[in-house]
Amino acid sequence: MNKQSRYYEKITHIIFTIICFAWVYPFLWMVFTSFKTEEEMFAGGLHLLPSHFNFGNFIRAWEQANFSIYFWNTVIVTVVGVLITIFLTSTSGYTLGRYNFPGKKFFIGTVMVMMFMPKGYTIIPTFELIRQLGLLDSLAGVILAQVGGVNAMGVLLFMGAFSQIPKELEEVAKLDGASYPRIFWQIMLPMVKPIIATVSIFQFMSSWNDFFTPLVFTLGKPNLRTLGVGMYSFIGEHSTDWVGMAAAASISLIPIIIVYMCLQRYFIEGIAGAVKG
Amino acid sequence: MENNKSLGKQIWKNRWNYLFLAPTIILFTMFTIYPVIASWVISFYNWNGMEPLNDFVGASNFIKVATDPGFWKAFKNSFIYMLGVVPIQLSLSLIAAIFLNNPKLKGSTVYRTLLFLPVVTTTAVVGIIMAFIFGTYNGVINELLLATRLIKQPVNWLGSANTAMAIIITVGIWKTFGYNLIYWLAGLQSIPGELYEAAKVDGASSRQQFRYITVPLLKPIAIIIILLAIIGSLNVFDLVKVMTGGGPAYATDVVATYIYRYAFSTEKGIPRLGFASAAGVFYGVTTMLIAIIQGALMKNANRERADYQL
Repeated sequence: MNKQSRYYEKITHIIFTIICFAWVYPFLWMVFTSFKTEEEMFAGGLHLLPSHFNFGNFIRAWEQANFSIYFWNTVIVTVVGVLITIFLTSTSGYTLGRYNFPGKKFFIGTVMVMMFMPKGYTIIPTFELIRQLGLLDSLAGVILAQVGGVNAMGVLLFMGAFSQIPKELEEVAKLDGASYPRIFWQIMLPMVKPIIATVSIFQFMSSWNDFFTPLVFTLGKPNLRTLGVGMYSFIGEHSTDWVGMAAAASISLIPIIIVYMCLQRYFIEGIAGAVKG
Repeated sequence: MENNKSLGKQIWKNRWNYLFLAPTIILFTMFTIYPVIASWVISFYNWNGMEPLNDFVGASNFIKVATDPGFWKAFKNSFIYMLGVVPIQLSLSLIAAIFLNNPKLKGSTVYRTLLFLPVVTTTAVVGIIMAFIFGTYNGVINELLLATRLIKQPVNWLGSANTAMAIIITVGIWKTFGYNLIYWLAGLQSIPGELYEAAKVDGASSRQQFRYITVPLLKPIAIIIILLAIIGSLNVFDLVKVMTGGGPAYATDVVATYIYRYAFSTEKGIPRLGFASAAGVFYGVTTMLIAIIQGALMKNANRERADYQL
């Protein structure tokens, strides 16, 4: 490498380091502020690090501000949402990707039309529907409203992946007497693990981060709030408790940041695959 | 031949397929098809959500939406947000992607991971943190500007009509930048490296390589990226809701927060679900038309360009 290109590389690194620091600064601010005392916060200044780490804000947010409830609500909504989505998209993607049967084209056509049709304000009829099902005062209502519509992109991803598996595999299994669900569960599903990962990650992100659906469904029901909605009502009720706010925000964001850091390759490949496909 | 069999027999033969598809069909009908159709139907009624749906009012909700200055203000703001976010975000993310696509640049994975981080975090929570960072007193931005003497008085960034939208746009660019960075990187990586090698052999400068290889080959994926960015930003809700709630004095009110106010908030009195649905349908149709026109224009431009090059 010559001198000039090494010089350019150094400049690139310096610029990207500065940008990345600014980029994650809000998260650093959030985490470090969570450990500050109220006095320290309001003394102002630009000190990012707290003078010493105290966990009082976390305890206050977790116990008094009900973030323990919000946290577990979010965990339940997310985990159940991911499981339902994987079940729906993999089973339907399997039949649509590998078999021809009357009505298949009609179904795919309907899904396509629905994807591009202007949606209006669907939360109102969805709310009505959940009410008639008697699920308005439960997390089940929130979950159904979030994932009941079926992730059409997930169906398409599974369809594509299943259609590429050679026919011979299941012919052999059929000769051995394996039933349809067994072929699906034991032979086919393990072959599309990357798609399972991609769809799970997408659903995990959208369930954990959803704000609008839980906001509408938990109006007047504090016990059903998820973290995002809990944060929003927290600033409405305790607008002056900055350090408590920061701790509550850390409780909301650190789990998904850790999951992302551990699985970042899958996150990025999943997103990239969505636009390539 | 299968075609000779009766439909009943075919359905029986495919019973497992139908069984596997059944949960999806049932839920899809209930939670996608029904709500979309119902949202259109409700928009023709005067309805507060409590009484039965029987006060049919024809197109009057649509007329009320189209003649409400508040709706058009929100409509304009949605487009201001989109026009503020999309061009800046897409050009900056393309520049970053070109640098990070250089295989010789060590640590590019680390930069990519950090730049993508805001995407995975909850918009509602991040918006609240940003409201504190841009806060008037003790907010980091004001402290920084005061310390460097760029301003003399703390600025009420989110509280004044002149700056609130600019701040929301800035945060919006930051929040979804990572998506476009990854999309651009995927596009750049789909260009075969041999093309650049061949161009280098022919003595093309890096600017010429960008102009004659990168730009034309990125076009198809660019159309998708631009459309996704436009649609995403026209439907912004979470960020505005938590940062300003549409204020001050509706200066940052977008269509999504406008509709929410009529459907669910108590500030406008009794819920007006028919009116809210009509606003939703109206906006949905408008944005879809814009997307179609945009798509057609870009395709056209592409074709003309291709003809020219041939």
